[in-house]
Amino acid sequence: MHNDLNPLLEVQGLKTYFYTDDGVVKAVDGVDFHVNAREVLGLVGESGCGKSVTALSIMRLVDSPGKTVAGKILYEGRDLLSLDKSEMITIRGNRISMIFQQPQTSLNPVFTVGDQIVEVFQIHSQLSKKETWEKAVDLLQLVGIPDPERKAHAYPHEMSGGQAQRVMIAMALALKPQLLIADEPTTALDVTIQAQILNLLRDLRNHIESSIILITHDLGVIAEMADRVAIMYAGRIVEQTDVRTLFAQPLHPYTLGLIASVPVLGNVKEELATIPGNVPNLIDLPPGCRFASRCKAREKYGLSICTACEPDLLSVAEGHTVRCWLYQDGEGHKAPLSK
Amino acid sequence: MREQTNDKDLIQVEHLVKYYPVYGGVFRHVVAWVKAVDDVSFGIKEGETLGLVGESGCGKSTVGHTMLRLLAPTGGQVKFDGVDILAAPERTLKNIRRNLQIVFQDPFASLDPRLPIGESIAEGLKIHKIGTPQERFERVLEVLSKVGLEDYHAMRYPHEFSGGQRQRIGIARALVLQPQFIVLDEPVSALDVAIQAEVLNILKYLQRDLGLTYLFIAHNLAVVEHISDRVAVMYLGKIVELAGRDELFRNPLHPYTRALMSAIPIPDPTLKREQIILKGDVPSPLNPPPGCRFHPRCPQAMPICSQQEPEMQEAAPEQWVCCWLYQER
Ligand SMILES: Nc1ncnc2c1ncn2[C@@H]1O[C@H](COP(=O)(O)OP(=O)(O)OP(=O)(O)O)[C@@H](O)[C@H]1O
Ligand code: SF4
Ligand SMILES: [Mg+2]
Repeated sequence: MHNDLNPLLEVQGLKTYFYTDDGVVKAVDGVDFHVNAREVLGLVGESGCGKSVTALSIMRLVDSPGKTVAGKILYEGRDLLSLDKSEMITIRGNRISMIFQQPQTSLNPVFTVGDQIVEVFQIHSQLSKKETWEKAVDLLQLVGIPDPERKAHAYPHEMSGGQAQRVMIAMALALKPQLLIADEPTTALDVTIQAQILNLLRDLRNHIESSIILITHDLGVIAEMADRVAIMYAGRIVEQTDVRTLFAQPLHPYTLGLIASVPVLGNVKEELATIPGNVPNLIDLPPGCRFASRCKAREKYGLSICTACEPDLLSVAEGHTVRCWLYQDGEGHKAPLSK
Repeated sequence: MREQTNDKDLIQVEHLVKYYPVYGGVFRHVVAWVKAVDDVSFGIKEGETLGLVGESGCGKSTVGHTMLRLLAPTGGQVKFDGVDILAAPERTLKNIRRNLQIVFQDPFASLDPRLPIGESIAEGLKIHKIGTPQERFERVLEVLSKVGLEDYHAMRYPHEFSGGQRQRIGIARALVLQPQFIVLDEPVSALDVAIQAEVLNILKYLQRDLGLTYLFIAHNLAVVEHISDRVAVMYLGKIVELAGRDELFRNPLHPYTRALMSAIPIPDPTLKREQIILKGDVPSPLNPPPGCRFHPRCPQAMPICSQQEPEMQEAAPEQWVCCWLYQER
């Protein structure tokens, strides 16, 4: 059994840096989170905070000038970072698969989508080409591609963004992965198409019992899809908890700011809350808490420690961790939640 | 039948049509037409925001661009303060143009990377030969402060700004000529939520402060609800529903509006609701379905829907809808 104490995937202290001409970009800089079996973990944060790099690091697909320089990625007890190339290919082939932010660019442009799905099947089964082709067409039908027999012969550029994304999901379904990483699978799509794709992801979880890491910046999608959520800011996780607690009792000032800034359908406010300022430069990070320059709570409570030392990601309640000085004392112990 | 526009409106759009030709064959003849905007009518009162919402390719940006004559219309009228912009001769148009501005989704693309942004903002003043260089500079500083930027920003180059700041520069540029009407074409779609909130607040503040009239184009219904007084919903080149903000969001009538609303994810995990999941994709405006264009995806389609096109009806006071469910046969 997998649970919080015995998760399917556990990422510990992950660091992935890019060695550029301008300096070292600390895109992922000590990330910790876990994913339990059959759950959807939402990974949320502003553009550039390191969500995609985290996903690519788990898949071991980070290219030069990027490099994973520290941490552990424990999958069923094994550290993925210690596997050799061929072992990793096997894992990617039948255990963990990924749907990318730009579906059209992640399909192979010179093969038909039918052939690409067939190829996935052939890795795992002894079926004939004809049988696998039929299965591929069935899958395209299942994910709602109109006229699947004809579309199986189409090339990726002949499909709309929503259709290409569905082909990616069809391939993921063919693999029946234990863990699916979906990086902004619906950001480029219209809402009515997004609703279709999210429904497919729900099926994947319910029928194949896959775990899903769902990367998005849309808190609405999180509320509808996720069981637990990890909030990321400037290369670090700042809060992790179950989805209901996240919306009912967010603790980190950044999480609070994010939730308050979203316009909610049917709940019009005269003015929206904002988070003034910008994300710090990942090449030249400030000392202390990375959110300090934008944090209203720090000002309100006059916390001077925030700009001097960085807080730890500390457990404040069962299954709820937060990285903020409001909830811990100088020795790294839990502070009373009086504030 | 009452009309959807009336003479008290600052902007009156009547039967606007925009077709794009599709060429083919050896002689590059026109073989077909993409019906991007197909008979669209609406009015906007002074000081009001009309939200125009719909999915990609439905023609909403084409409406905004054609209204300002950035694109040549195929047919229809657009009246600003009673004058038909689309028919006006170039001389009259020049004066009207000052009053009509646009802010694009990606202001970066429309800013010259080699010019300090102060100069880009002053460009409109130069074109219209307004003021001395000194006066122009002061006007630039004035609009910069209106959008929450500092004086020294005028000397900086576009690449030195974040997405939210660039969008403010785009707004400052539109404001510099003191327009009455601004088309906002997806002005916050590319921004993170916290930054989006900032830009939305600025737009609301400017409207109150300067009495501006907006056409706010977006695909995000929650954003449109937040900023609009009235809302028009577009599908495949047509407006399918047009109503006051509260009427539309409390009681959407068109099946497409209902589906669109139910597809918006709500950031509240305790909320359990029945979603309407539409089947299929948006068909191509090159070959729109006969009858009601929404009928192949409509959960409530009836036989007549595929045969005959419905007309706009005032189904409830000030709530217009184009659907056979609300029309006598
Ligand atoms: N190849 C690269 N070279 C240098 N820097 C990079 C490279 N790839 C990513 N980065 C940097 O790493 C940081 C994290 O990028 P990442 O793509 O993970 O962000 P993200 O959270 O996925 O953002 P988005 O929401 O926009 O997709 C960014 O500052 C980005 O500029
Ligand atoms: S540690 Fe300080 S600056 Fe950082 S989020 Fe908490 S209160 Fe704000
Ligand atoms: Mg990304």
